[in-house]
Amino acid sequence: MRALFFRDLALALRAGGGFGLGLAFFLIVVVLVPFSVGPQSALLTQIAPGVLWLGALLACLLSLDRLLAVDWEDGALDLLATSPLPLEGIVAVKAAAHWVTTGLPLVLAAPVLGVLLNLAPSGYGVLVLSLALGTPALSMIGAFGAALTVGIKRGGLLLSLLVLPLYVPTLIFGAEAARRAAQGLDSATPLLLLAGVTLAVLAAMPFAAGLVLRVNLR
Amino acid sequence: MELTVTDLAVGRGGVPVLAGVSFGLGAGQALALRGPNGSGKTTLLRTVAGLQPPMAGSVAGAEDRIAYAAHADGLKAALTVAENLGFWASVFGQSEIAPAVTAFDLEDFLDRRAGQLSAGQKRRLGLARLMVTGRDVWVLDEPTVSLDAASVALFADAVQGHLAQGGAALMATHIDLGIEAETLDVSQFRSAALAMDAADEAFL
Repeated sequence: MRALFFRDLALALRAGGGFGLGLAFFLIVVVLVPFSVGPQSALLTQIAPGVLWLGALLACLLSLDRLLAVDWEDGALDLLATSPLPLEGIVAVKAAAHWVTTGLPLVLAAPVLGVLLNLAPSGYGVLVLSLALGTPALSMIGAFGAALTVGIKRGGLLLSLLVLPLYVPTLIFGAEAARRAAQGLDSATPLLLLAGVTLAVLAAMPFAAGLVLRVNLR
Repeated sequence: MELTVTDLAVGRGGVPVLAGVSFGLGAGQALALRGPNGSGKTTLLRTVAGLQPPMAGSVAGAEDRIAYAAHADGLKAALTVAENLGFWASVFGQSEIAPAVTAFDLEDFLDRRAGQLSAGQKRRLGLARLMVTGRDVWVLDEPTVSLDAASVALFADAVQGHLAQGGAALMATHIDLGIEAETLDVSQFRSAALAMDAADEAFL
Protein backbone atom coordinates (compact mmCIF):
# COMPACT_ATOMS: atom_id res chain seq x y z
CA MET A 1 0.00 0.00 0.00
CA ARG A 2 2.71 2.43 1.02
CA ALA A 3 4.69 1.48 -2.08
CA LEU A 4 1.69 2.29 -4.27
CA PHE A 5 1.20 5.65 -2.54
CA PHE A 6 4.81 6.69 -3.03
CA ARG A 7 4.87 5.37 -6.59
CA ASP A 8 1.85 7.52 -7.45
CA LEU A 9 3.48 10.55 -5.82
CA ALA A 10 6.70 9.92 -7.76
CA LEU A 11 4.79 9.50 -11.02
CA ALA A 12 2.86 12.72 -10.44
CA LEU A 13 6.02 14.69 -9.68
CA ARG A 14 8.05 13.43 -12.64
CA ALA A 15 7.86 14.76 -16.15
CA GLY A 16 4.45 14.29 -17.70
CA GLY A 17 2.83 13.42 -14.39
CA GLY A 18 0.63 16.50 -14.39
CA PHE A 19 1.53 17.80 -10.96
CA GLY A 20 0.78 21.51 -10.77
CA LEU A 21 -1.71 21.45 -13.62
CA GLY A 22 -4.66 21.63 -11.24
CA LEU A 23 -2.96 24.37 -9.25
CA ALA A 24 -2.21 26.41 -12.39
CA PHE A 25 -5.81 25.97 -13.54
CA PHE A 26 -7.09 27.15 -10.15
CA LEU A 27 -4.81 30.18 -10.36
CA ILE A 28 -5.98 31.13 -13.85
CA VAL A 29 -9.69 30.70 -13.10
CA VAL A 30 -9.43 32.89 -10.01
CA VAL A 31 -7.36 35.52 -11.84
CA LEU A 32 -9.91 35.62 -14.67
CA VAL A 33 -12.85 36.31 -12.35
CA PRO A 34 -11.94 39.99 -11.56
CA PHE A 35 -11.47 40.54 -15.30
CA SER A 36 -14.92 39.22 -16.13
CA VAL A 37 -16.76 40.77 -13.17
CA GLY A 38 -14.99 44.11 -13.26
CA PRO A 39 -13.01 45.95 -10.60
CA GLN A 40 -15.80 46.25 -8.05
CA SER A 41 -14.14 45.28 -4.80
CA ALA A 42 -17.41 45.08 -2.86
CA LEU A 43 -18.89 42.60 -5.33
CA LEU A 44 -15.67 40.57 -5.41
CA THR A 45 -15.63 40.40 -1.62
CA GLN A 46 -19.14 39.05 -1.73
CA ILE A 47 -18.51 36.31 -4.29
CA ALA A 48 -14.93 35.43 -3.26
CA PRO A 49 -15.71 32.35 -1.07
CA GLY A 50 -17.96 30.83 -3.73
CA VAL A 51 -15.51 31.50 -6.57
CA LEU A 52 -12.59 30.05 -4.62
CA TRP A 53 -14.55 26.92 -3.79
CA LEU A 54 -15.82 26.45 -7.33
CA GLY A 55 -12.33 27.01 -8.74
CA ALA A 56 -10.84 24.45 -6.36
CA LEU A 57 -13.54 21.95 -7.26
CA LEU A 58 -12.97 22.31 -11.02
CA ALA A 59 -9.20 22.16 -10.58
CA CYS A 60 -9.63 18.94 -8.64
CA LEU A 61 -11.77 17.50 -11.44
CA LEU A 62 -9.15 18.26 -14.06
CA SER A 63 -6.73 15.46 -13.20
CA LEU A 64 -9.26 12.81 -12.21
CA ASP A 65 -9.59 11.09 -15.57
CA ARG A 66 -5.94 9.96 -15.36
CA LEU A 67 -6.35 8.58 -11.85
CA LEU A 68 -7.02 4.99 -12.90
CA ALA A 69 -6.97 5.24 -16.70
CA VAL A 70 -3.16 5.33 -16.89
CA ASP A 71 -2.84 2.14 -14.87
CA TRP A 72 -5.59 0.53 -16.90
CA GLU A 73 -3.96 1.36 -20.23
CA ASP A 74 -0.53 -0.03 -19.39
CA GLY A 75 -1.94 -3.14 -17.76
CA ALA A 76 -0.78 -2.26 -14.24
CA LEU A 77 -4.36 -2.30 -12.93
CA ASP A 78 -4.83 -5.96 -13.97
CA LEU A 79 -1.57 -6.82 -12.26
CA LEU A 80 -2.49 -4.86 -9.12
CA ALA A 81 -5.86 -6.65 -9.05
CA THR A 82 -4.04 -10.01 -8.91
CA SER A 83 -1.70 -8.74 -6.17
CA PRO A 84 -2.31 -9.15 -2.43
CA LEU A 85 -3.67 -5.58 -2.20
CA PRO A 86 -7.47 -5.32 -2.02
CA LEU A 87 -9.01 -3.26 -4.83
CA GLU A 88 -10.76 -1.08 -2.23
CA GLY A 89 -7.38 -0.26 -0.73
CA ILE A 90 -5.87 0.41 -4.14
CA VAL A 91 -8.58 2.96 -4.97
CA ALA A 92 -8.34 4.59 -1.54
CA VAL A 93 -4.56 4.89 -1.76
CA LYS A 94 -4.73 6.34 -5.26
CA ALA A 95 -7.33 8.86 -4.06
CA ALA A 96 -5.02 9.79 -1.17
CA ALA A 97 -2.10 10.32 -3.56
CA HIS A 98 -4.39 12.42 -5.77
CA TRP A 99 -5.33 14.57 -2.81
CA VAL A 100 -1.69 15.14 -1.82
CA THR A 101 -0.71 16.14 -5.35
CA THR A 102 -3.86 18.12 -6.23
CA GLY A 103 -6.06 18.93 -3.24
CA LEU A 104 -3.35 19.91 -0.76
CA PRO A 105 -1.68 22.48 -3.08
CA LEU A 106 -5.12 24.02 -3.68
CA VAL A 107 -5.69 24.34 0.07
CA LEU A 108 -2.32 26.04 0.49
CA ALA A 109 -2.79 28.37 -2.49
CA ALA A 110 -6.34 29.44 -1.63
CA PRO A 111 -5.44 32.21 0.88
CA VAL A 112 -3.02 33.79 -1.62
CA LEU A 113 -5.71 33.84 -4.26
CA GLY A 114 -8.19 35.16 -1.69
CA VAL A 115 -6.20 38.40 -1.75
CA LEU A 116 -6.83 38.72 -5.49
CA LEU A 117 -10.57 38.46 -4.88
CA ASN A 118 -10.55 40.88 -1.97
CA LEU A 119 -11.75 38.20 0.46
CA ALA A 120 -12.79 39.66 3.83
CA PRO A 121 -9.98 39.22 6.42
CA SER A 122 -12.17 37.17 8.76
CA GLY A 123 -12.71 34.55 6.04
CA TYR A 124 -9.17 33.26 5.45
CA GLY A 125 -8.90 30.80 8.33
CA VAL A 126 -12.24 29.12 7.70
CA LEU A 127 -11.67 29.11 3.92
CA VAL A 128 -8.48 27.08 4.37
CA LEU A 129 -10.11 24.88 6.99
CA SER A 130 -13.17 24.21 4.82
CA LEU A 131 -11.01 23.36 1.80
CA ALA A 132 -8.82 21.09 3.93
CA LEU A 133 -11.94 19.31 5.18
CA GLY A 134 -13.69 19.17 1.81
CA THR A 135 -11.05 18.37 -0.79
CA PRO A 136 -10.37 14.80 0.47
CA ALA A 137 -14.02 14.05 -0.33
CA LEU A 138 -13.56 15.53 -3.82
CA SER A 139 -10.61 13.20 -4.48
CA MET A 140 -12.38 10.12 -3.11
CA ILE A 141 -15.63 10.76 -5.02
CA GLY A 142 -13.49 11.40 -8.08
CA ALA A 143 -11.75 8.06 -7.60
CA PHE A 144 -15.16 6.40 -7.56
CA GLY A 145 -16.03 8.17 -10.81
CA ALA A 146 -12.70 7.12 -12.29
CA ALA A 147 -13.43 3.51 -11.32
CA LEU A 148 -16.83 3.78 -13.04
CA THR A 149 -15.39 5.12 -16.29
CA VAL A 150 -12.13 3.15 -16.46
CA GLY A 151 -11.78 1.42 -19.79
CA ILE A 152 -14.06 3.85 -21.61
CA LYS A 153 -12.33 5.68 -24.42
CA ARG A 154 -12.44 9.41 -23.72
CA GLY A 155 -14.19 8.77 -20.43
CA GLY A 156 -13.09 12.11 -18.99
CA LEU A 157 -16.22 14.02 -19.97
CA LEU A 158 -18.50 11.26 -18.76
CA LEU A 159 -16.51 11.23 -15.53
CA SER A 160 -17.17 14.96 -15.04
CA LEU A 161 -20.89 14.49 -15.66
CA LEU A 162 -21.07 11.64 -13.16
CA VAL A 163 -18.93 13.24 -10.49
CA LEU A 164 -20.08 16.87 -10.46
CA PRO A 165 -23.57 16.13 -9.04
CA LEU A 166 -21.93 14.12 -6.27
CA TYR A 167 -19.79 17.14 -5.43
CA VAL A 168 -22.86 19.27 -4.63
CA PRO A 169 -23.10 18.61 -0.84
CA THR A 170 -19.40 19.28 -0.35
CA LEU A 171 -19.60 22.47 -2.41
CA ILE A 172 -22.68 23.75 -0.58
CA PHE A 173 -21.34 23.26 2.94
CA GLY A 174 -17.78 24.27 2.06
CA ALA A 175 -18.72 27.51 0.33
CA GLU A 176 -21.35 28.26 2.97
CA ALA A 177 -18.80 27.91 5.78
CA ALA A 178 -16.34 30.21 3.98
CA ARG A 179 -19.08 32.74 3.17
CA ARG A 180 -20.36 32.87 6.75
CA ALA A 181 -16.87 33.35 8.12
CA ALA A 182 -16.18 36.12 5.60
CA GLN A 183 -19.33 37.90 6.80
CA GLY A 184 -18.27 37.50 10.39
CA LEU A 185 -20.93 34.91 11.22
CA ASP A 186 -20.51 31.63 13.05
CA SER A 187 -19.55 28.88 10.60
CA ALA A 188 -19.42 25.88 12.93
CA THR A 189 -22.57 24.20 11.58
CA PRO A 190 -21.59 24.06 7.87
CA LEU A 191 -18.07 23.01 8.87
CA LEU A 192 -19.42 20.11 10.92
CA LEU A 193 -21.73 19.06 8.10
CA LEU A 194 -18.84 19.34 5.63
CA ALA A 195 -16.68 17.12 7.85
CA GLY A 196 -19.57 14.69 8.13
CA VAL A 197 -19.96 14.47 4.35
CA THR A 198 -16.21 13.89 3.96
CA LEU A 199 -16.13 11.17 6.61
CA ALA A 200 -19.11 9.39 5.07
CA VAL A 201 -17.48 9.56 1.63
CA LEU A 202 -14.15 8.27 2.95
CA ALA A 203 -15.91 5.42 4.73
CA ALA A 204 -18.21 4.27 1.94
CA MET A 205 -16.68 5.24 -1.40
CA PRO A 206 -13.64 2.92 -1.40
CA PHE A 207 -15.97 -0.06 -1.22
CA ALA A 208 -18.27 1.24 -3.95
CA ALA A 209 -15.25 2.04 -6.12
CA GLY A 210 -13.68 -1.38 -5.50
CA LEU A 211 -16.93 -3.04 -6.50
CA VAL A 212 -17.36 -1.17 -9.81
CA LEU A 213 -13.66 -1.57 -10.58
CA ARG A 214 -13.95 -5.34 -10.17
CA VAL A 215 -16.84 -5.35 -12.63
CA ASN A 216 -14.99 -3.06 -15.07
CA LEU A 217 -11.88 -5.25 -15.10
CA ARG A 218 -13.75 -8.29 -16.38
CA MET B 1 -0.96 -27.80 -3.32
CA GLU B 2 -2.32 -28.36 -6.76
CA LEU B 3 -4.15 -25.88 -8.93
CA THR B 4 -7.30 -27.68 -10.06
CA VAL B 5 -9.61 -26.43 -12.74
CA THR B 6 -12.86 -28.35 -12.90
CA ASP B 7 -15.43 -28.19 -15.65
CA LEU B 8 -14.73 -24.49 -16.15
CA ALA B 9 -16.81 -22.39 -18.54
CA VAL B 10 -15.50 -18.97 -19.40
CA GLY B 11 -16.95 -16.16 -21.43
CA ARG B 12 -16.02 -12.80 -22.82
CA GLY B 13 -18.57 -9.99 -22.52
CA GLY B 14 -21.26 -12.49 -21.53
CA VAL B 15 -20.68 -14.68 -24.58
CA PRO B 16 -19.49 -18.18 -23.62
CA VAL B 17 -16.16 -19.01 -25.25
CA LEU B 18 -14.96 -22.20 -23.64
CA ALA B 19 -16.85 -24.84 -21.67
CA GLY B 20 -15.91 -27.97 -19.79
CA VAL B 21 -12.23 -27.11 -19.32
CA SER B 22 -10.59 -29.34 -16.72
CA PHE B 23 -6.95 -29.72 -15.86
CA GLY B 24 -4.65 -29.96 -12.88
CA LEU B 25 -1.31 -28.32 -12.35
CA GLY B 26 0.96 -29.59 -9.58
CA ALA B 27 4.29 -28.41 -8.24
CA GLY B 28 7.04 -28.47 -10.84
CA GLN B 29 4.61 -28.79 -13.74
CA ALA B 30 4.10 -26.58 -16.75
CA LEU B 31 1.10 -26.55 -19.03
CA ALA B 32 1.10 -24.85 -22.40
CA LEU B 33 -2.22 -23.75 -23.87
CA ARG B 34 -2.47 -23.94 -27.62
CA GLY B 35 -5.16 -22.80 -29.97
CA PRO B 36 -5.77 -20.38 -32.80
CA ASN B 37 -6.28 -16.63 -32.21
CA GLY B 38 -9.59 -15.90 -30.56
CA SER B 39 -9.98 -19.42 -29.23
CA GLY B 40 -10.24 -18.17 -25.63
CA LYS B 41 -6.75 -18.64 -24.23
CA THR B 42 -6.57 -15.15 -22.74
CA THR B 43 -10.09 -15.41 -21.33
CA LEU B 44 -9.22 -18.73 -19.72
CA LEU B 45 -6.02 -17.30 -18.20
CA ARG B 46 -7.84 -14.20 -16.89
CA THR B 47 -10.44 -16.42 -15.28
CA VAL B 48 -7.80 -18.63 -13.65
CA ALA B 49 -6.03 -15.48 -12.42
CA GLY B 50 -9.29 -14.36 -10.79
CA LEU B 51 -9.75 -11.23 -12.91
CA GLN B 52 -13.13 -12.40 -14.10
CA PRO B 53 -15.58 -14.86 -12.57
CA PRO B 54 -16.14 -18.27 -14.20
CA MET B 55 -19.50 -18.80 -15.91
CA ALA B 56 -19.58 -22.33 -14.52
CA GLY B 57 -17.22 -24.73 -12.83
CA SER B 58 -14.46 -23.82 -10.42
CA VAL B 59 -10.81 -22.94 -10.02
CA ALA B 60 -9.39 -24.35 -6.80
CA GLY B 61 -6.07 -23.63 -5.15
CA ALA B 62 -5.42 -20.33 -6.90
CA GLU B 63 -5.92 -17.91 -3.99
CA ASP B 64 -2.90 -15.68 -3.46
CA ARG B 65 -0.64 -17.96 -5.48
CA ILE B 66 -0.93 -16.50 -8.97
CA ALA B 67 1.54 -14.19 -10.64
CA TYR B 68 -0.12 -12.99 -13.81
CA ALA B 69 1.63 -11.56 -16.86
CA ALA B 70 -0.47 -10.30 -19.72
CA HIS B 71 0.25 -8.65 -23.05
CA ALA B 72 0.76 -5.33 -21.27
CA ASP B 73 3.63 -5.28 -18.82
CA GLY B 74 2.26 -2.66 -16.44
CA LEU B 75 5.52 -0.72 -16.51
CA LYS B 76 5.73 2.98 -15.71
CA ALA B 77 7.73 4.83 -18.33
CA ALA B 78 8.77 7.56 -15.89
CA LEU B 79 10.23 5.12 -13.34
CA THR B 80 13.58 3.39 -13.70
CA VAL B 81 13.93 -0.35 -14.17
CA ALA B 82 15.00 -0.78 -10.54
CA GLU B 83 12.07 1.35 -9.30
CA ASN B 84 9.58 -0.62 -11.40
CA LEU B 85 10.82 -3.94 -10.05
CA GLY B 86 11.16 -2.61 -6.53
CA PHE B 87 7.58 -1.37 -6.61
CA TRP B 88 6.17 -4.74 -7.61
CA ALA B 89 8.38 -6.52 -5.08
CA SER B 90 7.03 -4.39 -2.24
CA VAL B 91 3.43 -4.74 -3.45
CA PHE B 92 3.88 -8.49 -3.10
CA GLY B 93 5.67 -8.09 0.25
CA GLN B 94 9.11 -9.06 -1.10
CA SER B 95 12.32 -7.09 -1.09
CA GLU B 96 14.82 -9.04 -3.19
CA ILE B 97 15.06 -7.97 -6.84
CA ALA B 98 18.65 -9.06 -7.58
CA PRO B 99 17.87 -12.65 -8.73
CA ALA B 100 15.24 -11.38 -11.17
CA VAL B 101 17.63 -8.75 -12.53
CA THR B 102 20.33 -11.36 -13.10
CA ALA B 103 17.98 -13.93 -14.60
CA PHE B 104 16.75 -11.52 -17.24
CA ASP B 105 20.09 -9.79 -17.81
CA LEU B 106 18.85 -6.34 -16.79
CA GLU B 107 21.93 -5.17 -14.83
CA ASP B 108 22.98 -2.66 -17.48
CA PHE B 109 19.64 -0.84 -17.51
CA LEU B 110 18.86 -0.62 -13.80
CA ASP B 111 18.99 3.19 -13.74
CA ARG B 112 17.43 3.69 -17.12
CA ARG B 113 13.81 4.79 -17.36
CA ALA B 114 11.47 2.05 -18.54
CA GLY B 115 10.20 4.39 -21.25
CA GLN B 116 13.62 4.38 -22.89
CA LEU B 117 13.84 0.59 -23.20
CA SER B 118 13.24 -1.32 -26.42
CA ALA B 119 10.15 -3.51 -26.76
CA GLY B 120 12.15 -6.65 -26.02
CA GLN B 121 13.83 -5.10 -22.99
CA LYS B 122 10.46 -3.98 -21.66
CA ARG B 123 9.15 -7.49 -22.08
CA ARG B 124 12.14 -8.86 -20.18
CA LEU B 125 11.47 -6.39 -17.38
CA GLY B 126 7.79 -7.40 -17.40
CA LEU B 127 8.76 -11.06 -17.06
CA ALA B 128 11.37 -10.30 -14.39
CA ARG B 129 8.44 -8.92 -12.40
CA LEU B 130 7.16 -12.51 -12.06
CA MET B 131 10.27 -13.48 -10.11
CA VAL B 132 9.92 -10.66 -7.57
CA THR B 133 6.33 -11.59 -6.70
CA GLY B 134 7.35 -14.72 -4.83
CA ARG B 135 4.16 -16.37 -6.12
CA ASP B 136 4.38 -20.02 -7.14
CA VAL B 137 1.90 -20.28 -10.03
CA TRP B 138 2.90 -18.22 -13.04
CA VAL B 139 0.05 -17.49 -15.44
CA LEU B 140 1.56 -16.19 -18.66
CA ASP B 141 -0.21 -14.85 -21.71
CA GLU B 142 2.05 -14.99 -24.78
CA PRO B 143 5.19 -14.36 -22.72
CA THR B 144 7.63 -14.49 -25.63
CA VAL B 145 6.11 -11.74 -27.79
CA SER B 146 8.87 -9.36 -29.01
CA LEU B 147 11.66 -11.40 -27.41
CA ASP B 148 14.70 -12.41 -29.51
CA ALA B 149 16.15 -15.92 -29.44
CA ALA B 150 18.64 -15.12 -26.66
CA SER B 151 15.91 -13.57 -24.49
CA VAL B 152 13.60 -16.53 -25.10
CA ALA B 153 16.42 -18.74 -23.80
CA LEU B 154 16.73 -16.52 -20.69
CA PHE B 155 12.99 -16.79 -20.17
CA ALA B 156 13.02 -20.58 -20.66
CA ASP B 157 15.80 -20.85 -18.06
CA ALA B 158 13.80 -18.70 -15.64
CA VAL B 159 10.71 -20.89 -16.07
CA GLN B 160 12.85 -24.01 -15.72
CA GLY B 161 14.36 -22.64 -12.49
CA HIS B 162 10.92 -21.72 -11.19
CA LEU B 163 9.64 -25.26 -11.87
CA ALA B 164 12.70 -26.79 -10.22
CA GLN B 165 11.89 -24.79 -7.06
CA GLY B 166 8.45 -26.38 -6.94
CA GLY B 167 6.62 -23.66 -8.84
CA ALA B 168 4.15 -24.16 -11.65
CA ALA B 169 3.49 -22.37 -14.92
CA LEU B 170 0.41 -22.07 -17.08
CA MET B 171 1.08 -20.32 -20.36
CA ALA B 172 -0.49 -19.55 -23.65
CA THR B 173 2.26 -19.71 -26.22
CA HIS B 174 2.84 -20.63 -29.83
CA ILE B 175 6.52 -21.38 -29.72
CA ASP B 176 8.33 -24.35 -28.26
CA LEU B 177 10.35 -23.20 -25.25
CA GLY B 178 12.22 -26.46 -24.87
CA ILE B 179 10.61 -26.91 -21.47
CA GLU B 180 9.04 -30.20 -20.62
CA ALA B 181 5.42 -29.11 -20.65
CA GLU B 182 2.15 -30.80 -21.34
CA THR B 183 0.08 -29.08 -23.99
CA LEU B 184 -3.62 -28.51 -23.90
CA ASP B 185 -5.42 -27.54 -27.09
CA VAL B 186 -8.22 -25.22 -25.99
CA SER B 187 -10.11 -25.46 -29.28
CA GLN B 188 -11.52 -28.82 -28.16
CA PHE B 189 -13.39 -26.99 -25.37
CA ARG B 190 -15.16 -24.54 -27.65
CA SER B 191 -18.42 -23.64 -26.02
CA ALA B 192 -21.40 -25.54 -27.43
CA ALA B 193 -23.32 -22.28 -28.02
CA LEU B 194 -20.50 -20.93 -30.18
CA ALA B 195 -20.01 -24.23 -31.99
CA MET B 196 -23.70 -24.24 -32.85
CA ASP B 197 -23.47 -20.71 -34.27
CA ALA B 198 -20.51 -21.75 -36.35
CA ALA B 199 -22.42 -24.77 -37.66
CA ASP B 200 -25.29 -22.51 -38.63
CA GLU B 201 -22.96 -20.28 -40.56
CA ALA B 202 -21.34 -23.21 -42.29
CA PHE B 203 -24.75 -24.60 -43.17
CA LEU B 204 -25.99 -21.32 -44.58
